[in-house]
Amino acid sequence: MPRAFTPKVITANALLEGDAIWFTQDDTWSRDIAEAEFITDEAHADIRLLEARADQSLVAGVYLAEAKLSDNGPAPTHFREAFRTRGPSNYAHGKQEA
Amino acid sequence: MYVYNDFDEAFVRERVAQFRGQVARRIDGSLTEDEFKPLRLMNGLYLQLHAYMLRVAVPYGTLNSAQMTQLAHLADTYDKGYGHFTTRQNIQYNWPDLRDVPDMLSDLADVGMHAIQTSGNTIRNVTADHFAGAAKGEIEDPRPVAELLRQWSTDHPEFQSLPRKFKIAVTGCEADRAVIRAHDIGLRVVRNGEGEIGYEVIVGGGLGRTPMVGKVLRTFLPKADLLPYCEAIVSVYNLLGRRDNKYKARIKITLHENGLEKIQDLVESRFEQIAPLFGGVDQELLAEIEHSFAAPAFVSKSVDGYEAARLANPAFRSWSDTNLAEHRADGYAIVSISIKKHGATPGDATSDQMRVMAELAARFGHDELRISHEQNVILPHVHKSDLPEIYAALRAADLATANIGLISDIIACPGMDYCALATARSIPVAQQIATRFDELKLEHDVGPLKIKISGCINACGHHHVGHIGILGLDRAGVENYQITLGGDGTQTTTIGERAGPGFGADDIVPAIERLVLGYLDLRSDSSETFLQAYRRLGAEPFKNILYPEKAQKNAA
Repeated sequence: MPRAFTPKVITANALLEGDAIWFTQDDTWSRDIAEAEFITDEAHADIRLLEARADQSLVAGVYLAEAKLSDNGPAPTHFREAFRTRGPSNYAHGKQEA
Repeated sequence: MYVYNDFDEAFVRERVAQFRGQVARRIDGSLTEDEFKPLRLMNGLYLQLHAYMLRVAVPYGTLNSAQMTQLAHLADTYDKGYGHFTTRQNIQYNWPDLRDVPDMLSDLADVGMHAIQTSGNTIRNVTADHFAGAAKGEIEDPRPVAELLRQWSTDHPEFQSLPRKFKIAVTGCEADRAVIRAHDIGLRVVRNGEGEIGYEVIVGGGLGRTPMVGKVLRTFLPKADLLPYCEAIVSVYNLLGRRDNKYKARIKITLHENGLEKIQDLVESRFEQIAPLFGGVDQELLAEIEHSFAAPAFVSKSVDGYEAARLANPAFRSWSDTNLAEHRADGYAIVSISIKKHGATPGDATSDQMRVMAELAARFGHDELRISHEQNVILPHVHKSDLPEIYAALRAADLATANIGLISDIIACPGMDYCALATARSIPVAQQIATRFDELKLEHDVGPLKIKISGCINACGHHHVGHIGILGLDRAGVENYQITLGGDGTQTTTIGERAGPGFGADDIVPAIERLVLGYLDLRSDSSETFLQAYRRLGAEPFKNILYPEKAQKNAA
């Protein structure tokens, strides 16, 4: 039996600055995962991934990442994706800097 | 030091101009990411977790003060005021904006530097003994040959699409500080029975997923044959190396699968074929290059001031005991500047620190600096009478940590704090270990001990050859750290042995503490190093310290 689909968000890096961004319901890219479209259906995920990849003039490296729903909106489940929402742990650089 | 000739200068400028065009076409949408990616990687530009990363080559780890000052300028102008020195003697900038990268490369070209072939399936930056030209007992400075290899491998038309990346390291000493046995090609300057200079050629070493110690392909290769012989090796690998499986593509696997004898036969016959085609032009080039690496004019003067400072200042004495190495010239020393202050990120230097080191090199060090694969900075030629002043300047710049070769002199890759390939973080583990042993004030008592940490199986942190190696992995969505023991990256290269199950992020530092304190009880006396004790006693007592519950169960 195929594994059950787990919720996802679509993420990438911004073309110019390289920082982590997430694909929203309105087909825009946000610097905040909480504004991402929360995708719970596999077929819909496939379509949205195609749409997100269609225009790569502003982004690089689009992929689906595991996510859960928090009070604020979508949130990461894996530590790698959590780091991408913050920045490195040795300096207060990246998103946590702002 | 080698200075770019007109050809080098024109070549690097042209590459900068090409890349400027490529970046512009990526930004205006004419190039897709798939098209752009191989182009940016050819120029050392990666896309990491939080930003781009530019990896700048420091060929064979040698820099002059103007170059180091320019690295500081790049850090201030295009990054966040610091740079990260790597285990391939390179420097990485973690926060460049794509639009700025062509300007960064142009600024680098101004001082004879570039980022070419710091990535991709090509021959990478040639690394060398960081004490080259200064070490006592060296047969010959290996850097002219490293420069020759750099020129030959840069944009070599046959070797731009190898099965996988290809790394060469050289040393002129028996004592191996360049980990040559863990490289695709390792070269060691040797003398034969007739006193002629040549190379021991070692092939097929490597760390990563399948660590292997290199095998000797030739015990003595005459000096004049070096370039055609290396070309023969890479050309045999280019044809025979696997392209079906990335994890089996390095020459170590090619050698393992085909056997040393077959590779030897193929290389020798290819060598016979191509050697006459070189027609001596490589030797003419080498002779020119050798001129630019002539040793500085060493002077003879009193070292009384140095001895007096040692007596007067215990901190200076401790630093000079730990951070100096023997120089080949009387009255001189090799200074290792630790970029491993306790609790700081291994290998990170601020722009201010870079400028201080550059100035010290200009004033006291014959304008030379080295980057070591252990992520420290070296002043290779310093007269001992200048050491008190150098020490004072280093102290003022927070660069006087006296820990070279000790437990807090840790190699750590950027790990998952930056790297897109990493499976766990390495930097915080290194920071915590160094901080903990500084608190315990045991570091000097523990003595020589190399801890090396990698944040994934690719082993940029050389964990396999750490006396204690730490490998960060992702175990079911949680950071987990495996310990290897007994590794050695010197002339007695040994791949460390896995100790047992991994430790969680909260348990790894206590486990290392237990292990090191346990070693203090196990050693025969204070002169027996961790590695010596491990070799004498075997893994068992160390495993028992790491896994006391298991040891208890076995004893019951």
